[in-house]
Amino acid sequence: MEGRFNMGWTLIRGWAVLVYIFMFLPVAVVVLLSFNASQFGNFPMTGFSFRWFVELAGNEAILRAFRTSIILGLLTALISTTLGVLASLALVRYRVPGANAISTLLIAPILVPEVVLAVALLLFLNFLGVNKSFGLLLAGHVIFTLPFVILVVQARLVSIKRDVEEAAMSLGASPVQTFFQITLPLMMPAVLAGGLFAFTISFDDITGTLFWKPGGVETVPTQIFAMLRNSISPEINALGTVMIVMTVGLPLLGAAIARAMARKSGT
Amino acid sequence: MNTHPESAPVSSVTLNNIVKRFGTFTAVHKANLEIPEGAFVTLLGPSGCGKTTNLRMIAGLLDPSEGEILIGGKRVNDVPIHKRNLGIVFQNYALFPHKTVAENIAFGLKYRNVPKSDVARRVQEALDLVQLPDVGHRYPKELSGGQQQRIALARAIVIEPEVLLLDEPLSALDANLREDMRVELKRIQSKIGVTTVFVTHDQSEALAMSDKIVVMSAGRIEQVGTPEEVYNTPASEFVANFLGASNILAGACVTKDADAALLDVPLFGSVPVPADKAPAVTAGASAKLVLRAEKLVLMAPGSDTSGMVTAEAVVETVDYQGQTVRYFLRVGDRQLQAINMIDGRPFAEGQSVTAAFRPQDCAALASA
Ligand SMILES: Nc1ncnc2c1ncn2[C@@H]1O[C@H](COP(=O)(O)OP(=O)(O)O)[C@@H](O)[C@H]1O
Ligand SMILES: [Mg+2]
Repeated sequence: MEGRFNMGWTLIRGWAVLVYIFMFLPVAVVVLLSFNASQFGNFPMTGFSFRWFVELAGNEAILRAFRTSIILGLLTALISTTLGVLASLALVRYRVPGANAISTLLIAPILVPEVVLAVALLLFLNFLGVNKSFGLLLAGHVIFTLPFVILVVQARLVSIKRDVEEAAMSLGASPVQTFFQITLPLMMPAVLAGGLFAFTISFDDITGTLFWKPGGVETVPTQIFAMLRNSISPEINALGTVMIVMTVGLPLLGAAIARAMARKSGT
Repeated sequence: MNTHPESAPVSSVTLNNIVKRFGTFTAVHKANLEIPEGAFVTLLGPSGCGKTTNLRMIAGLLDPSEGEILIGGKRVNDVPIHKRNLGIVFQNYALFPHKTVAENIAFGLKYRNVPKSDVARRVQEALDLVQLPDVGHRYPKELSGGQQQRIALARAIVIEPEVLLLDEPLSALDANLREDMRVELKRIQSKIGVTTVFVTHDQSEALAMSDKIVVMSAGRIEQVGTPEEVYNTPASEFVANFLGASNILAGACVTKDADAALLDVPLFGSVPVPADKAPAVTAGASAKLVLRAEKLVLMAPGSDTSGMVTAEAVVETVDYQGQTVRYFLRVGDRQLQAINMIDGRPFAEGQSVTAAFRPQDCAALASA
């Protein structure tokens, strides 16, 4: 009996390991090959080199895509976080009529497949007779990242007791002063986390971006996509590695900062 | 402190016909209350009777549906909380977790144009007052519950509030600490003389601390009086039962004069209740005798009961409580409660006894 039970678990564990290998092996391969000295992205590797990273740094198109992605990511993070904080405050702290419906609506973009969302937004703008622009791309990214910010910030806000804010007001702080003195500092870890989420999601989004971006504008993912159509150059491996470092490293950095802040304030 | 002695308000907080409705539910019915300057007033009542609602209306955290609230003689219905100059202490301390103890206490001073040099001094004075002089640099989570509550008190009084509002500030503390904090709170309040409104559901807390007790039930104020008044002369059956256990015997008032109201009740017969403890009863009308469980004494049959009203009883249940013992007695068709000091050995279950009380220890209520 016990033996069969153990064997079941061993199988499940083995399966899980296989799934992880299947998912992460390609990533590992990309990272490895990005340091390959040879022209061709093939095994066996011929030597270790940073030459593809150096070439990346000299590639105008890629640098432009990087700039676009970073500006887009930062603006998305800024706008999403601001809107997300305001929406969470309204939903958690004030009795808004139809709060449940609004909440569902704001979270919905996570539940809808991204392609559907992308096409819908495009059709809607067509209907309004608006042309594609950087503003539209930004709007798309904001809509798409907002739910993540709201989920993180709302969870935090719910755990901040109302009586702490009431205490601040009783001591003479106006509602606005109370927000900046008490509520915002206590929400900060979640706000930072939400912002990082938004930046990271925006930074490596491709589906929506392909639909929304105006002609001539490329982000890093769409640039990679375009380059792939011509050839698989080792530069792409290097670019992929940079993307991996950013999208994995940033959230880790954010989590570390949030932990340090929490340790200080004891919340 | 008062710059206009000629217009000194007699009442620090006044509620005029305050009603509070939540949707169709009325949480406070026409509350009228005057809280004198410097008094320690307790709102006492069971959970859900509207104590917190009243307190939050005084604080400005809730708007009354009807009526007026005056603080220091001025109508404050339209004054937001941050302009009312009140100190509030919450049940769960509500300290700012991201600020040190000193920053917590200094918080209210920021909004009062206190010079920087004075802030540190006043924070230290407040810490000294609550007897925690050395914790200023710590964060709230580094303090025990009792210490946190002292800091919350320090933070509320350092701003020299016009009124101090406390909502069940002791109920999150464990029993021993609660006793200490009760004494401590009362000491600090008398020392600074701030008008205080204290909310509790604990009758012993209310009796021990208050100048005046406001007994509430289901959104209504049942009685306002000194601890002795509400204890000895309850204005209603509810008050009689909420402040300790009472036996209520329904009967009639036979005669009433300036000295006493003569009540005729079942089991015990005629009981002359002092007139001042029977203010509402009228001769010829039905009335209720309030007999506190502590005033009903058990005696061996044949004891000297001169000056007392007596009935024969059988002990049904004995509930031993250390210094006292609580008996449930069968008297005729009624079960009565008696709480007696233990003098020698308690009576045993099934024992026949004489149940006796002095009529001057009773109060009488008019029947509703
Ligand atoms: N915001 C609210 N909405 C609806 N009902 C409320 C609200 N606040 C309090 N109540 C109701 O009002 C009554 C009195 O509440 P409260 O003043 O908190 O009682 P207490 O402090 O005496 O325990 C309770 O029945 C409670 O359910
Ligand atoms: Mg309450």
